[in-house]
Amino acid sequence: MSALEIAGRRLASRLILGSGGFANHEILAQALEAAGAEICTVALRRLDPEARGSVLDVLDRAGVQVLPNTAGCYTARDAIVTAQLAREAFTTDWIKLEVIGDERTLLPDAVELLAAAEALVDEGFVVLPYTTDDPVLARRLQDVGCAAVMPLGSPIGSGMGICNPYNISIIVEQATVPVILDAGVGTASDAALAMELGCDAVLCASAISRAHEPVAMARAIRLAVEAGVLARGAGRIPRRRYAEASTPHEGLPVLGGTA
Amino acid sequence: MSPSVTVNGAQRELPEDATIATVVQELTGRSEGRGVAVALGGEVVPRGEWPRTRLREGAEVEVVAAVQGG
Repeated sequence: MSALEIAGRRLASRLILGSGGFANHEILAQALEAAGAEICTVALRRLDPEARGSVLDVLDRAGVQVLPNTAGCYTARDAIVTAQLAREAFTTDWIKLEVIGDERTLLPDAVELLAAAEALVDEGFVVLPYTTDDPVLARRLQDVGCAAVMPLGSPIGSGMGICNPYNISIIVEQATVPVILDAGVGTASDAALAMELGCDAVLCASAISRAHEPVAMARAIRLAVEAGVLARGAGRIPRRRYAEASTPHEGLPVLGGTA
Repeated sequence: MSPSVTVNGAQRELPEDATIATVVQELTGRSEGRGVAVALGGEVVPRGEWPRTRLREGAEVEVVAAVQGG
């Protein structure tokens, strides 16, 4: 697999870290290192004058690229203004576009998402949309000029892994931009499966930040992503209904027993 | 007279001739506002325009910064 490239930026790491849910900045810093991440998401909220230190300083010290998101937006209009605020705050054109349609599932609102994506691409943003695992929507997002597509494996923070691997495979097959599995990873094997299915990268927040040992899980998922890439390249054997012996039958001694 | 404006949902009395730069300075203690962005009435105001964007009575200002998320 050649190096990952998003909007002309080459990335050695295929694990993008979400900064949500870490107990404090120190653990986030350690997890960034253990994950080997080169990109990390942040959100925008009303400035808190009492806040001690900024997540931005943590990312700067780690030399990690800031990927702002539009988390919490329910309309294209809100997401577009949030992206514009992020560009102003962080001097980056990159935006992880989230337009949520439902509070309980946090599933994307396809109609608002596509409208926001199109508008932001027109404004020169590098748009990385968080989307459902619908191959048609993924294709529409890629067609309007998104720099990647980020289908969910399962709902945000659910830890249910990849509920529909067939859809993820179809998204990968038709992709002309990188496919980043976003949301749903619960543990390392889910990340390995994403890469075995042909995804280009994995974005992970809760699986790491809410693990009992976040730093250890960051390393586990990093290794799983690497393992998945190698396995994908090596090629899995076909699934069969019945066994196929790996030991030859020929030359088996006759020992007189009867079954 | 000094305008009364809403900053991040809270009423604030500001000095006469207050601009967005005044608000950012008051909230952050700094003027350059790195990592900070401002919307006035739902529209983003570029950093370069902060010092000359006067706040009128009843203005609604949102000042945002990075938090962990996503």
